[in-house]
Amino acid sequence: MKPAAFEYHAPTTVDEAVALLAEHAPNDGRILAGGQSLVPTMAFRLARPNHLIDINNVADLGKLTVEDGALCIGATVRHAQFHTPACNGVLGHLLTDVVGNIAHYPIRQRGTFCGSVAHSDPASEWCMVAATLDATMVAQSASGERLIPAAEFFETVMTTNLNEDELLREVRIPMLSDDTVYGFQEFNRRAGDFAISMTLVTYRLESGKITDPHIGVGGAEDRPRRIAEAEAALAGQTPGDEAFRAAADAAAAAIDPMEDHATNAQYRRDLTATLVRRALENAAS
Amino acid sequence: MATATNRMLGHLGDSVERLEDPPLVTGKGRFVGDINFPDQLHMRIVRSDHAHGKIKSVDTSAAEAVPGVVAVWTTTDIDDVPPIDFREGSDPTLALFRQYALARELVRYVGDPVAAVFAEDPYTAEDAAELVTINIEPLPVLINADDDPQDFKGKATTEAAVVEQGYGDIDETFASAYKVVEVDVKVSRHTGVPMECRGAIGRYDEARDVLEMYGAAKVPHRNRDTLCRMLNRPASGMHLFEGHTGGGFGIRGELYPEDVLVCVAAMRLRRPVKWIEDRQEHLMAANHSRQQRHIIRAAVAEDGEVVGLDDELYLDQGGYIRTHGTRVANMTTGTLPGPYRFPVYRSICHFRLTNKTPAATYRSPGRCESTFVRERLMDAVAVAMDMDPIAVRRRNLISLEEMPYGRALDVLGDSVEHDPGDYAGLLDQGLAQIGWDDLQKQLAERRANGEMVGAGISMFFEKSGLGPSDGAKIFIDNSGFIEVVTGGASIGQGFETAMAQIAAEDLGTDYRRIRVVHGQTNRIDYGVGAHASRATVLTGTAVSLTAQAVRAKALDMAAELLQTTADTLTITDGVVHSKDNPTGPSLTLGEIAEALMPTSKLLGGREPYLKGEEWFHIDHQTYPYGHHIAVVKVDPDTGGVEIEKYFIAYDIGRSINPMMIEGQLVGGLAQGVGGALFEEFTYSEAGDPQAVTFADYLMPTLKETPDPEILLTEDFPSIRTPLGIKGAGEAGITGAAGAIASAIDNAIGIPGAVTETPVSPQRLKKILSEHGK
Amino acid sequence: MSDKKDITLTVNGRDHNVAVDPRWTLADVIRDHCGQTGTHLGCEHGICGACTVLVDDTPVRSCLMFGVQADGKKIRTVEGLANGDEYHPLQKAFMENHALQCGYCTPGFLMLATGILEAQPDISDDDLNEVLSSNLCRCTGYANIIKAVRAARDEMKAAS
Ligand SMILES: Cc1cc2nc3c(=O)[nH]c(=O)nc-3n(C[C@H](O)[C@H](O)[C@H](O)COP(=O)(O)OP(=O)(O)OC[C@H]3O[C@@H](n4cnc5c(N)ncnc54)[C@H](O)[C@@H]3O)c2cc1C
Ligand code: FES
Ligand code: FES
Repeated sequence: MKPAAFEYHAPTTVDEAVALLAEHAPNDGRILAGGQSLVPTMAFRLARPNHLIDINNVADLGKLTVEDGALCIGATVRHAQFHTPACNGVLGHLLTDVVGNIAHYPIRQRGTFCGSVAHSDPASEWCMVAATLDATMVAQSASGERLIPAAEFFETVMTTNLNEDELLREVRIPMLSDDTVYGFQEFNRRAGDFAISMTLVTYRLESGKITDPHIGVGGAEDRPRRIAEAEAALAGQTPGDEAFRAAADAAAAAIDPMEDHATNAQYRRDLTATLVRRALENAAS
Repeated sequence: MATATNRMLGHLGDSVERLEDPPLVTGKGRFVGDINFPDQLHMRIVRSDHAHGKIKSVDTSAAEAVPGVVAVWTTTDIDDVPPIDFREGSDPTLALFRQYALARELVRYVGDPVAAVFAEDPYTAEDAAELVTINIEPLPVLINADDDPQDFKGKATTEAAVVEQGYGDIDETFASAYKVVEVDVKVSRHTGVPMECRGAIGRYDEARDVLEMYGAAKVPHRNRDTLCRMLNRPASGMHLFEGHTGGGFGIRGELYPEDVLVCVAAMRLRRPVKWIEDRQEHLMAANHSRQQRHIIRAAVAEDGEVVGLDDELYLDQGGYIRTHGTRVANMTTGTLPGPYRFPVYRSICHFRLTNKTPAATYRSPGRCESTFVRERLMDAVAVAMDMDPIAVRRRNLISLEEMPYGRALDVLGDSVEHDPGDYAGLLDQGLAQIGWDDLQKQLAERRANGEMVGAGISMFFEKSGLGPSDGAKIFIDNSGFIEVVTGGASIGQGFETAMAQIAAEDLGTDYRRIRVVHGQTNRIDYGVGAHASRATVLTGTAVSLTAQAVRAKALDMAAELLQTTADTLTITDGVVHSKDNPTGPSLTLGEIAEALMPTSKLLGGREPYLKGEEWFHIDHQTYPYGHHIAVVKVDPDTGGVEIEKYFIAYDIGRSINPMMIEGQLVGGLAQGVGGALFEEFTYSEAGDPQAVTFADYLMPTLKETPDPEILLTEDFPSIRTPLGIKGAGEAGITGAAGAIASAIDNAIGIPGAVTETPVSPQRLKKILSEHGK
Repeated sequence: MSDKKDITLTVNGRDHNVAVDPRWTLADVIRDHCGQTGTHLGCEHGICGACTVLVDDTPVRSCLMFGVQADGKKIRTVEGLANGDEYHPLQKAFMENHALQCGYCTPGFLMLATGILEAQPDISDDDLNEVLSSNLCRCTGYANIIKAVRAARDEMKAAS
C-alpha cells in the first residue's frame, strides 16, 4: 500500500497554484490539501495522480472570516478550526456541533473543509452542511473565478461541478439569523466512521409556525441535497411530533438510497426517516 | 554481599508491572518491520483477483524491466518446493488440499499468491507487482460451505473431510424424547487481525550454511521443523527468530506462503529478503476463521434435562487446508457439549473448501463457535420448556461430585476430561455479584416503560495447556544474573513477565533480575510456542520445575561452602542464607555460580555451572470455566445495540499475575464484541472479498467496547499441573457472542431472534420489522 | 521515477537532512530514512492511528502525510517522549495500568495522548474518550488505556 510515483509541487501563491493546475490537470495533476482522503486512495492505488499541487504553503488560503453576510472558508482551513465556533451566532455553533462527527481528532487537524467539499464523498458532513445551507463555492482557475451554488455543485459520488483546472478557493455559507434553530443527526456503526445516513435541519418560527425549513440529507444518496418534499411537509406547520413525522416520512419517501455490500436501500430509507425526525426534535428542544 | 533492602517483587499472584513494557513504551521494540539487513531486498506478492480459475499464463516481463527489480518469480521458478505441510506432520488424506507457496495451475481465492517480485525498495516492488499480468480462465465459484460440494482437481470433492464425534445412541434418545428443540445458527467469518500485519525476513548465511527467518511467532520450533522438511535442511542449519510481535490471536505465526518464499529467495538470490504485509493483503491473505453453520437439535426430558444433542455443521475452510489440518473441526465437535452433561451426543462436521481465504484458528478456536451455538440452543430449550434460562442451564451442568468428568471425545488427540470445578457454584457467585434478580426486575420495569433492554448469559468451558511436554533451561552467571530459556513464544500476552515471576518464586530473586528468552530456535531445541493457551500452563510449569532444580543445586553448593546442610538454607533477593539467621553468613547466587564454574576447585563431583534443564509432561489438558453476562439496550429505530453492562466470571485455578489475566479477559472481550456486533468478512457472489480495509472490517474502538466487571476466582487449581495453573488467553472471547445474542433476544422480546453473528443494525432492524416491532 | 527532494526533518530535536522520493509517506521516511522505528504502521489508510506522531505539536497520522510535506517541521515521536532516563508521565501510566499488551498500538496512543494533554490539560473524561476513540488497539480492550491516560492527565496537571 505504497502510493505510485508523482511529481510534487509546492506553490506559495494562489496564482502559482492555479497555473500549475492548468498545466498539469490534463495529465492527472491534482490539488493536495489535507490529504486525508487523497492519500488513502493513493495508498490503495485507486488514485495515481502524476502531479500533486500541495496548497498547504499557499499563504492566502487560510481565510476564515465573515464577509457580506456569509462565513468565508478558505481552502486550507482545517476541520479542527471549527472545534470552537468559527463565527458568532447560530452558524458558528452549528458547525461546532457538526465537526465532532467528522472522522477523528488527528484527522481533523489536517483535513480541510474545502477538501471535503471538493472530494464530495456522499457521506461528508461538510458537503451536507453546504447543500443544506445553500453555500456558494468559489472556484478559481488561471482564467478567473466562478461562483457555483451548492444545488449545482454536487453531481454524484465524488463528482462535482468543479473543472479539473479549478481550485476550490473558498466556500461561503450564509450566516443564520439568531432565531434559526437546527438539529443534526447521523448514524454510523463505529465512532468516527462515515455515516450510513445523516441529516441537518434548520427552520425559524413565525407566529408559532415553521418557516424557511431546510432539510438536508447526506450519506443516503449519491450526493447530499435538500429534500424539497420534506421541507414542504414542514413549512407552515406547528412544531411537534405529527409535523416531524410527516416530514421524516416525506424525506424517506423522496430519497433514492444507495446500496452497498453492507447496507441495503430499505435500511437507509428507514434510518433516514428516524434521523430526520430526531433532528427535528433536537431543533425544537 | 547484597543487602535485601528493596522488597522483592514478582511473587506468584502479584500484579507486578511487566518486564516487556519499557522498550515498548519508548519505541525501542524490535518488530519485524524494524529489523533491516544490509543489502536486503523487498518482496511483494502478486495475488489472484479471481476467486477460482485456471492460470493460463503469467507475464512477468514488464515487471522485470522496472529499474530496481532483481527477480520476479512464478510457481515454475520454485517447482521443487512442495506445498506447505501440516504442523503436526503429514496427513495423506488431506495432502491434496494443501497450498503451494505460489499457486500452481489453479487459483482458489482472491488473494492467492501467484507471483513474487523482489526489488530494492518496497515502493518499487509494488510498482513492478502491478505490471505482472495474470491470465486466468474463470471456474465456477463456490461461496457457501452448505451448498453442494464441487469437484476438486478432478480427484476429490471440496468436502475434504467429515469429522464426526459423539457417544451414545442418538436415534433411540431422540425417538423417546419428551421434546425436541432445533436451532439453525450461523457464525460469520472473522479473524484475529493483529494491529501489526505479518512480516518475515529470510537471510542466508553462506559462510555457516545457516538459513534464518526473522518475524517468526507463535510456533517457531514447529515452523522450523516444517521448513526443514520442505526445504530439505537439517535443523541445525535453519533458525527462526521471534522479535516483538504485534498481536497473534492464533493467526500470526503459522507457516504461510510468504514465509516459505522469503526463505527460498534468500537462499537463491543470496541477499536478505524482507516482506512486510500490508493491511489490504492481510485481510485477504492471513488466515480467516470461525465460519460455520450448525443445525443442532436437543432431545429434552420433561424436567428440562437435555438427554441428547445432535449437531450437523458446515465448516467453511476457504481455498486450501493450511497448517492446522482439521483442528478447528476437531475442537468444535470435541468441545460443543461445554460445561453440560449431555449423556448422548453426536456432531458431524462437513469440513468443506470454498473459494475464499483459507481458514484456521483464531483465539478460542472451536470453542467460540460451539459456545455460541450451544448457548443459543440452551436459550431455545428454555423457551420450549417454558423454563428460566438459568434454571435450564443449572439442570444440565456437570456437578462437582462428578468431577473429574471424562467424555468419549477427542480434542487435539487428548480425550476430554474436565478438571474438578464447581460450575454451578461459580454461577451462583456470578449471579450474586451482578445482582441478577434485581437486574431482572429493573430491566422488566424499563421494558414496561417502552425501552428495549435485556440481559443474557452464556456459560462455557475452555481448554488450555495442550500437551504433551515442554522443557526449559535456566542459567545463572557469576554476576547472579538469571537467564530463563524457553521454547515458548510471546505474542503480547506478558509471557516474559509470567515466566520471570514463576522462576523468581523458587530462585528467591526479584523477577526483574531475570531475562526470559523465547522464540529463538538456536537457543533451545524444542518449544511449544504460544497457542491454545498453553504457554503459561506448560512452559510455566517447566520453568518452575527447572527453577526448583537450580535452587536445589544452589543450596547444595552453598551448604558445603557455609558448612551446613541445604535444608537449613533459603534464598532471599538473590542471597542464600540461613533460614533462622537472615543476617548471618551468606552467599549471593553469583558467588555460588562462581564456585560452580568448570575450573572451580570447589566443584567436587558436581556438573559445572549453576544451571538446569527440566521437562514437564501433562496427561490431559486443563479445562478452566466461567460465564459471561451481558446487558444491552437496543435502539428500535436504528437497530443499534449498546452494551450497558458486561460481566465475566472465570476460574483460573491459580493466577500468576492477576493484572495480566484481567487484561487477557478484557482484551478478549473486545474481540468478542467485535465478532458479535461488528466484524464480518463478506464476499460477493463472484468471490470478491468485501472487507479488505479497516473501513469495512469494523473492529471496535473504545466507544464500542465495554469495560467489564470481572470475577476472577482461584477456587479450583488444576489437578494436572503442580502450580494449579489453567490458561487465560481465551476466556474473554468465548462467551461473548452467546451472552450478547441472548441479551438482545431478551431486550427485543423475541426468543430465538438472533441466529447469526454479527448482529448488525441492518440485521436487527430486519428481525424487528419481521416481528412487527 | 520521480526525483528525490532534499529536506530537513527535525525528529525529536535532531535534524535529519535526507533526500526523499516525494511519494514516501512521512511514516516511512521517519522509519526508514531517520531510523526511528518506534512509529508503527497498522493500516496505511488512516484508520488505526498506530502511526500517530506530533507535527509541530499536533497529532497527525503520519501515513497520510508525505515526508516532503514535513520539510522544516518539528516532529515528535515516541522515541522523544522520555527525558533521558526519566519516563514521561504517560509512559509511566501506561506501564502502571497495564495499558499495553503487544505494544504495537502504544506509540500511536502515547503520541495522540501527549498531543491532546498538552493542548487541553484540563480535558474532561468524555472528551478524552472522544479523542482516544481515533486509535485502534486489538489487545487491551481499551479500559486500561483510558485509565492510564486519565492518570497521566491528573499527574501532569498536579505537577504543573
Ligand atoms: C479514518 C477517516 C475517517 C474519515 N471520516 C470522515 C467522516 O466521517 N466525514 C467526513 O466528511 N470525512 C471523513 N474523512 C475524510 C476527511 O474529512 C478528509 O479530510 C476530507 O474528506 C478531505 O479533505 P482533505 O483536505 O484531506 O482533502 P485531500 O485528501 O487533500 O483531497 C481530497 C480530494 O479533493 C481534492 N481537493 C482538495 N482540496 C481541493 C481544493 N481546494 N480545490 C480543488 N480540489 C481539491 C483533491 O485533489 C482530492 O482529489 C475521514 C478520513 C479518514 C482517513
Ligand atoms: S497506519 Fe496510519 S492510521 Fe493506520
Ligand atoms: S497493545 Fe496490542 S494492539 Fe494495542
